[in-house]
Amino acid sequence: MNRLIRHGVRLGRQLLVPVLVLAVWEAISDAGWVSPIVLPSPSQVLLRWIAYAKPAEPYDPAQGSWLGWAFSGELPHDAVASLIRVAGGFALGAALALPLGLLMGASRIVHELMNPIVQILRPIPPIAYIPLAILWFGLGNPPAFFLISLGAFFPVLMNTIAGVRSVDAIYLRAARNLGAPQSTLFWRIMVPAAMPYILAGLRIGIGVAFIVVIVAEMIAVNSGLGYRILEAREYFWSDKVIAGMISIGIAGLGIDAFMNRLNSWLLRWHRGMEG
Amino acid sequence: MTDAAIQLRGVRKVFTTGGREVVALDGIDLDVAAGELVCLLGPSGCGKSTLLNAVAGFSPPTSGTIVANGRPVTDTGPDRAMVFQEYALFPWMTVERNVAFGLEMKGTPRAQIRERVDRLLRQLNLHEFKDRFPKDLSGGMRQRVAIARVLAIDPPMLLMDEPFGALDALTRRTLQDELLRIWAALKKTIVFVTHGIEESIYLADRVVVMTYRPGTVKRIVPITLPRPRDTAAPEFNALKREISQLVMEEQARHAEAEAAGTTAA
Repeated sequence: MNRLIRHGVRLGRQLLVPVLVLAVWEAISDAGWVSPIVLPSPSQVLLRWIAYAKPAEPYDPAQGSWLGWAFSGELPHDAVASLIRVAGGFALGAALALPLGLLMGASRIVHELMNPIVQILRPIPPIAYIPLAILWFGLGNPPAFFLISLGAFFPVLMNTIAGVRSVDAIYLRAARNLGAPQSTLFWRIMVPAAMPYILAGLRIGIGVAFIVVIVAEMIAVNSGLGYRILEAREYFWSDKVIAGMISIGIAGLGIDAFMNRLNSWLLRWHRGMEG
Repeated sequence: MTDAAIQLRGVRKVFTTGGREVVALDGIDLDVAAGELVCLLGPSGCGKSTLLNAVAGFSPPTSGTIVANGRPVTDTGPDRAMVFQEYALFPWMTVERNVAFGLEMKGTPRAQIRERVDRLLRQLNLHEFKDRFPKDLSGGMRQRVAIARVLAIDPPMLLMDEPFGALDALTRRTLQDELLRIWAALKKTIVFVTHGIEESIYLADRVVVMTYRPGTVKRIVPITLPRPRDTAAPEFNALKREISQLVMEEQARHAEAEAAGTTAA
C-alpha cells in the first residue's frame, strides 16, 4: 500500500509540470489573448490530431480488412512514408559506412587513403547537400534517400573506426595465442569488441536520419510527416502543424526506444548493460 | 639437455622508448623440463612478464634463442597457451563459447567440442555458469574460465602471467590448489610469473629469482618440499626468508631507480 502511494506521488510530480503547461496554454487560448492561428489551444490541437489520424471513410467491409481501414487515415500514411524513408536511407548509409569503417579502423593504409576526404566531407551538414541533391536526383524519393543516407553515413563511419581502434589488444593476443587466423580475428574478435561503439554510431546515425527526413520531405517530396506540416502552414492550419510536430516526436521516440532495446539485447554481455 | 620443454639461450631484450634504450632482459639462460612447474619471481620491472611474452611469441627477443616444444619460437601459438592476469576472456562470448574458442580454431568437430567443453566445465565447477557472460562472474571464476579455455586445447605448456595477482587471498589459495591438482593430473609444463614470494614457494619445483633491470637470472632456488606444502612449516619459512632476501635486494634497486626517476620502460 505504501509503495502504491509512493508511486502515485511520483507520478503526480512527473505529471505536474506538463499538466500545468497545458492548462496555462489552454487558458491563454480560451481567453482570446492570442489568435488561434498563432497559437491554437491544446484541445483544438487534440481534435485536429484525431482527425488527422483517423480514417477518412467509414468502415466498409467490402473495401478490405478492418486493419487496413484503421490505418487508412492521413497520419498513418505520412508516418509510414517517413519511416520507410528513414529505414531505407539509414540502411543504405549504414551499409556503406560499416565496411568502410571496419577497413579504416583495421588497416592503417586504408585509413591514410580515406581519412583526408572523410575529414573534408564530414563537417558538411547533410542539409547543405539539398541543392546538389535536387540537381542530381530531381524531386521525389531519390534525393530524400540520398540526403538521409548521407546523414546516417558519417556518425556510423566515425564510430566504427573508433570502435575498431579501441579494441583491447589483449583480446587479439589471447585469440592469436589460441590459434585464431587473421580472418577470424577480424570477424570474431574485432567486430564484436567494437560493437558498443558501432551501435552507438548506428543510434546517432538513425537520429540524424530522422532529422534529415523531415527536412527532405519539406523540400523534395509530397508525402510524409515533414511535408504535411509544411503543407498545413500554407493553409494557416497551425493546429495541424502542431499535431504533426507531436506525431514526429512520437515517431522519433519510437525509433529511439527500438534502438535502445536492440542495443541492450546485442550488448547484453557488456558491463554496465545489465538489468 | 634435449628433453627440455623450453630452452632459453642468451636471451636479451632491448626496448627503445623516447630515444632511450632500456635493457629489459639480458643473458638469460634457462631450461625448463617437460612437466616442470617453474615460477619467475621478481619485483615489477624485472622483466619477468617480458620473458614470458617472449616465450609465448608475442614479442621476440632482440637477440638469443628460444626453443619451446622442440621448435624455435617465431610466433604465438596454442602449444604455449597463455593465461593472463586480466583474464582476457572474450566478454561477448558466454563461458561455454570462450572455452570452446580454441577448439573451434583447431577445427575440432562440433560434437567433440561440446563433449570436451562440457567435461572441462564440470571439472572446474563452472558448469552451471556455462551460459553466463564473463561480466557476471567473480574474478576467481573468470580466471577459472580462462584456465579452462587453455586446457580445452590440451597444450603441452601453460604460460601464466600473474594469473592470481588480482584475486583476494582466499580465492588465490583455492585457485593455487586447483592449479596444482590440474598440473599433477595432466603433467603440463608450467611457467608461472609472480611477485608473490609465498606463492612461488607454494607452487614451484624451482623458483627463478630475477634481478631488476636488466632482468637476469639472479638465483634459481629448487623447492623440494613435498606437496601439499604447509606454508607455516619451518622449512617453508626458511625458504621464504632466503628468497625474500634475494627479492628485497632487487626491490631496493627498483626503489632507488624509482627515486632517480628512471623506472619508465
